[in-house]
Amino acid sequence: MKRIFVYPYILWMSVFIVAPLLIVLWFSVTATAPDGTVFTFYHFTRFFAPAFEGQPFFQRIYIAVMTRSIRLAVVSTIVCFVLGYPLAYALAKFYSHRSFLLFLFMVPLWMNFLLRTYAWLTILEQNGVLNAVLSFLGLPTVDLLFTDTAVVIGMVYNFLPFMVLPIYTVLRDMDNSIIEAAQDLGANRVQVFLRVVFPMSMSGVISGLTMVFMPAVTTFVISNLLGGGQFILIGNLIERQFIHVGDWHFGSAMAIILIVIILFMMGLIKLIDRQPKEPDGATVERGTLY
Amino acid sequence: MIKKAYTVYMGLMLFFLYAPIAVLMIFSFNYSPSRNYWGGFSLRWYRDLFNDPHIPQALFNTLVIAVLSSLIATIIGTIAAMGINSLGRKTKSIIIGVTNLPVFNPEIVTGVSLMLLFVFGIRVLGFGEMGFATLLMAHVSFNVSYVILSVMPRLRRLDGNLFEAAMDLGAPPMRAFVQVVLPAIRPGIITGALLAFTLSVDDFIVSFFTIGPGVNNLSTLIFSMARRGINPRINALSTIIFIVVMILLYIINRRDSKKRKEHLA
Repeated sequence: MKRIFVYPYILWMSVFIVAPLLIVLWFSVTATAPDGTVFTFYHFTRFFAPAFEGQPFFQRIYIAVMTRSIRLAVVSTIVCFVLGYPLAYALAKFYSHRSFLLFLFMVPLWMNFLLRTYAWLTILEQNGVLNAVLSFLGLPTVDLLFTDTAVVIGMVYNFLPFMVLPIYTVLRDMDNSIIEAAQDLGANRVQVFLRVVFPMSMSGVISGLTMVFMPAVTTFVISNLLGGGQFILIGNLIERQFIHVGDWHFGSAMAIILIVIILFMMGLIKLIDRQPKEPDGATVERGTLY
Repeated sequence: MIKKAYTVYMGLMLFFLYAPIAVLMIFSFNYSPSRNYWGGFSLRWYRDLFNDPHIPQALFNTLVIAVLSSLIATIIGTIAAMGINSLGRKTKSIIIGVTNLPVFNPEIVTGVSLMLLFVFGIRVLGFGEMGFATLLMAHVSFNVSYVILSVMPRLRRLDGNLFEAAMDLGAPPMRAFVQVVLPAIRPGIITGALLAFTLSVDDFIVSFFTIGPGVNNLSTLIFSMARRGINPRINALSTIIFIVVMILLYIINRRDSKKRKEHLA
């Protein structure tokens, strides 16, 4: 009897979730020719094609943008991990006012994403706050705005909480008696961390890496406001095709390429999660931690 | 010793997170539009903000879209979740899989795909244009998924026979729903509605692709303003938004911890 409720939703889902993705797929493999719509892979080959005979692969304009997107996203993800893991660890292990501190770290996340990015404009520009502080201290000024460094800073600033939260959750819920057992068995602090705590927090690390990499590789806002040049990241290319150029076929093909890149990187991240064998052959049940 | 190191580290990270916001807030009171010169305390940017021809309208659009889209998504999502819950395992997992797509898809893909859908739809129907209506539909469509994902776990825990039992005892279906099912799944519905509201307020990317020319919500307006460079009105706006967010979160946090204490007592 309740089953009839599902039919309107299936219709809804088909129109608003399935159909839009199929339209993107359709646009990516078709082109408008004088005699109607034709089926073609031209937009994909165009993405990888050289501008002139014999152009080196990585110098081709779209390839260069794609590799740059991946590189900046990977760098941001690594920086987030390096900064975020100790933070999550400190929050989980050392603090009695945990919920208040967590609250403090979450508040900026609730502010509009664009405003958070815009804030760095004020700080990094040539006459900005950073250079004012540097020259006040008698140090040489830096010209960071509209560089890749600025884009990475913007990404780290915006996505750091996505790294901290899942790692924090896993570390907080970790059973302390396992750590005590390791200590009782004679492991020192470093060993306890490297062989017990860190492997057991892997599920949090994996979700953290995923949750930072995804928005970092697809963003066009941060690169648009803080980065330089016209072709910055693959997100900017897609935005340009849809908003300014109006070539939806090529834009759709790039969206598909973006999805493939993400699926590929997710696969790579999953590889890290290979269960490390304990010396005695026992494996730690990781799934139960979540 | 280690604890001290962590305290210092945490302080540095808090500085990293708050310094940019603090800079925005301080310069929102600077009479001079410059960022390296203090021209004296002034509220002129706040006055400009309220007299701006576009900002109040954009704020209004953001709030109306957030309220309407979360309301509509909550209704659609709750009904759909009940339907999905009554399905067999195989069909259920297919439908949940599709429902998950907007959650896991990159936002830019959701944005452009909905844009193409609306353009296509307008062409087929022969009327309508990109604007407020398409923006609302886009927000409802990604919010529905989040509502379903919040309500489903509650429904799963609910004994399916309760609804039938209520009807066997003579309750008409509507009453059985309102008095038996609804109270049990209410926390899930509220979580879903709040999540939908926040996602809608904060959304930029999907809005950007589905809003159409001439209409703005706060996010798209800030984007077009920030693109043209520094604008002290944005500083004033950030300060107001930050303070409102801080107060709201503080109230929610207080209420939660109070509830927890009462629960323990």
